[in-house]
Amino acid sequence: MATKTEDYLGITDYKVIGTRPIRHDGVDKVVGRARYGADIDMAGMLHGAVVRSPHAHARIKSIDTSKAEALSGVKAVITVEDLPLQEDKIEDLGEGAANLRHLRANVLADGKVLYHGHAVAAVAATDIHTAQEAVDLIDVEYEVLQPVLTVQEAMEEDAPLLLEDQTTESLGEDTGEKSNVCTHFRHELGDVEKGFAEAEFVIEREFDTATVHQGYIEPQNATALWGADDQITVWCSTQGAFTVREQTAQILDVPVSQVKVVPMEIGGGFGGKIRIYLEPLAAILSRQTGRPVKMVMSRTEVLQATGPTAGSFIKCKMGVDKAGKLVAAYAYMAYESGGFPGSWAAPGAMCIFAPYNIPNVLIDGYEVLVNKPQTMAYRAPGATNAAFASETIIDEICEQLVVDPLEFRLNNSAREGTRRADGPVFPRIGNEECVKTALSSEHYATQLSGKNRGRGIASGFWFNVGLKSSAAASVNSDGTVSLVEGSTDIGGTRTSIAMQLAEVLGIRAEDVKPQVADTDSIGETDVTGGSRTTFATGWAAYQCALDIKEQLIERAAKLWEISADDVVFDDGTFSSSDSSKTISFKELAGMLDETGGPVMGRATVNPSGVGGAFAVMVVDIEVDTETGKVEILRVSMIQDAGKAVYPSYVEGQMQGGVAQGIGWALNEEYAYNGDGLLANASLLDYRMPTCLDLPMIETHIVEVPNPGHPYGVRGVGEVPIVPPAAAVANAIYDAVGVRMTNLPMSPGEVLKALWTKNGGNGTA
Amino acid sequence: MNAFDYEAPQSVDEAISLLSAGNGNVGMLAGGTDLIAQLKEGRKIDLMLDLKQIPEATALSFDEDSGLSIGAATPCSKIYSYDVVKSRYPALVDCTSLIGSIQIQNRGTVGGNFCNASPAADTPPAVIVLGSTCRIAGANGTREVAAEDFFTGPGQSVLQPGEFLVSIQVPTPVANSGAFFLRFIPRNEMDIAVANAAASVVLDSDKTTIQEARVAIGAVAPTPLLVADAGAALVGKAVDDEDAIEAACAASRAAARPISDMRGTIEQRIHLSGVLTRRAIQGAIQRAKES
Repeated sequence: MATKTEDYLGITDYKVIGTRPIRHDGVDKVVGRARYGADIDMAGMLHGAVVRSPHAHARIKSIDTSKAEALSGVKAVITVEDLPLQEDKIEDLGEGAANLRHLRANVLADGKVLYHGHAVAAVAATDIHTAQEAVDLIDVEYEVLQPVLTVQEAMEEDAPLLLEDQTTESLGEDTGEKSNVCTHFRHELGDVEKGFAEAEFVIEREFDTATVHQGYIEPQNATALWGADDQITVWCSTQGAFTVREQTAQILDVPVSQVKVVPMEIGGGFGGKIRIYLEPLAAILSRQTGRPVKMVMSRTEVLQATGPTAGSFIKCKMGVDKAGKLVAAYAYMAYESGGFPGSWAAPGAMCIFAPYNIPNVLIDGYEVLVNKPQTMAYRAPGATNAAFASETIIDEICEQLVVDPLEFRLNNSAREGTRRADGPVFPRIGNEECVKTALSSEHYATQLSGKNRGRGIASGFWFNVGLKSSAAASVNSDGTVSLVEGSTDIGGTRTSIAMQLAEVLGIRAEDVKPQVADTDSIGETDVTGGSRTTFATGWAAYQCALDIKEQLIERAAKLWEISADDVVFDDGTFSSSDSSKTISFKELAGMLDETGGPVMGRATVNPSGVGGAFAVMVVDIEVDTETGKVEILRVSMIQDAGKAVYPSYVEGQMQGGVAQGIGWALNEEYAYNGDGLLANASLLDYRMPTCLDLPMIETHIVEVPNPGHPYGVRGVGEVPIVPPAAAVANAIYDAVGVRMTNLPMSPGEVLKALWTKNGGNGTA
Repeated sequence: MNAFDYEAPQSVDEAISLLSAGNGNVGMLAGGTDLIAQLKEGRKIDLMLDLKQIPEATALSFDEDSGLSIGAATPCSKIYSYDVVKSRYPALVDCTSLIGSIQIQNRGTVGGNFCNASPAADTPPAVIVLGSTCRIAGANGTREVAAEDFFTGPGQSVLQPGEFLVSIQVPTPVANSGAFFLRFIPRNEMDIAVANAAASVVLDSDKTTIQEARVAIGAVAPTPLLVADAGAALVGKAVDDEDAIEAACAASRAAARPISDMRGTIEQRIHLSGVLTRRAIQGAIQRAKES
């Protein structure tokens, strides 16, 4: 078995890792000094605004910009004609990918608009009010087409086509058939038909989940300055400065070296701030005017026209034998791509049955165009939808078997050596440990009592990713270290990365000064996504520290006139192997000038030993059977972090994921009317939970070290959003006996299900 | 947002003359929690008239004979923090303390909530069941309109061009009375009512029989509704008469004429009209018993 074990160091007496120092960016964020994209102001700066489609699906017959151009204060107006043409070429975004031709047509519509809010033109003016007035003066003539809003509709044979040249790629081959279905893929393990034939019983259900938005607090923004020397600088809010540089350079058809992206502080992303929207518009408007152009989306624009994550239709079927062992599973997973190809069925399919050891599995995945914004990643993208289906069925199996749902999970648990349906064999994972921790928790041991109350359990998996990271660090003469890295800090990664460097060098976390750099100041670094940053950029910082350590050993050797082989370094102190000489890191840092000059460490990594993450959620709820409203009474989240570098951040990720997952479960949805217009593009009616909707979320960090990381780190950011929807659905069933198979499980939906169960609406 | 003039008149008369001099495209600014959002969404006005310098519009006072006077520009938080409101008008605390967030309550006003005339507005049902009147100023002087007659449609009221709402007069509660308001929202705050309801009752001296009752419902019709049949179903009935309460709920369901939208369906809203009516009546009776 190809389990990688060589990277984990097995340290048990950490000095820095596992502690909770004051975060490096804390003061600036608390006092409001941290600089976000919307804070940018420059001399001569223009303000941009975007003309957006009032239709879900339409052909653009003409665009008349003359009235806008004539308005005093308007400096430039652009349409897709102002963007260089693009060939079909797939661009890897780090999390997801984009065909450049489609990326261009998403940035500014090319002949057709494919969703309500699709950008059609952009203007730059001396102030934002003039720019908005100019937007209203641009006349766009549309031929309105029939919108397609669900995957089921879009997959029908006579469905209107969104992209007229789109054909289906099925099992790796282009079928040549024109269709809204972009991709059909399959994973197969064992013999699923034989498995179902051997099953004692089989449960099968269909599930629908709504399109949902990440709900990051800070809207997308971009300011660009196209200099007279053709050097382009972009300031923006992004999860990855380098992917913005790459996409922007491609769309502008300039070399990457001509674009410098300065990542500002980021007010959340969750997968939604990877694709570009405003950056090339601001750049072209700047080129045309010679002035910096700033663009900031409104909340309505964010909801209408950035990348929500996919709604889905899933058919799921699972069978167990007499002994209560899962023997076969099947899933049909059709996910929305939105207006352009690329969706999240693939990662969903990697996760759907992952917590279980099932010998026979078949998964069919479909990625389907619908007249909604092009979907984007959202915290374990695809996996929440998938777990909603599979974990509901697991719950039903447990009910039929009359077994404890946690004992069932233990009895069927995936573990080291279990093969996932999509191929990989698990190395050491913490799935069983999470289930055992749930079983022994005070929460689970506490009996839930009261009318219309119920408890739900669900498991979740996310594979996590590695990808490229770079770090550079210089030793200061006062014994501190300045660390430069390329990962946008969303969840406190400056500190969790700095701590890994500090651990190696035996210095305090506070003695590291971390800084997120622009694309000209650090080596290439992939997005802050895939729960990779503390794992991979942390690893780069670890390597960087080893580089510094080696150089400082040389310096100590030089100072003592001995061989470097005779210098040992332990806990922040260098000593000669005969212990006759010692010098602290800090003392040696003060002697760099006389031992050869400055010391810098550097490292680039692309680690493969990614550790997958498992989680188990226990939730207690109460249903108001007169209104259908679900109240969350108590939640415990149990999650394997490998090693929690900064436990408070891990707990924060767990709580944040649960909060978002409960929002997805209960009320969040893109509400489209029959014409495909988004009716709830505001945070008033796009109902994310507030703090009054959630109890304190209890966290249990499990630490089963990842064999593929020196400190055993696993990504922690995504998996906590996977179990909540299923856990809440299972709790509703336990409380009032209705199986909710559609998300969101809003009061109206729960009420309808209760009426169906009880026959009539109870008021007749 | 387009450019507009701003005026802050010092008196009702000055406001009336500014209103009549304008061409009708005037935005009245009290808390601004609706107006400013509307301007940002593209509403265009020529004049913004700020009412907060007008003494009658910002006053909040109580007199045993004339009752409670709520200036139209009085913010919600000032109303629910007022001792008399806390002790004598708990239904007004119910509605003013659940609108938006604390920040919104510090700016938003009952007068603005009335004039914006959203069918789902949270203050009208309670104000209606308390038997309140709206004091309206215009070029021809002041007129009074019963709160339940103020609304004429979504975003529409009886206010004529050149008129504005100065204050709302709420009568002094009589002995053995109680009122209660609640709404249904999917979340627990920061939301628009799917449906809401208020009830007020007056009990006899031994607090066993309902002598008077009023029920109002919201978000289930183009305007907030006073459901006279619901009140009538309760009059003369014992406080624990389940059939009478169910008859009142049925009257609310019959009166509801809701639409389906992303906040709720017709069926759900009609059902909720009954559920909330029951809870409002029970709450009102409880308060009357404790009075």
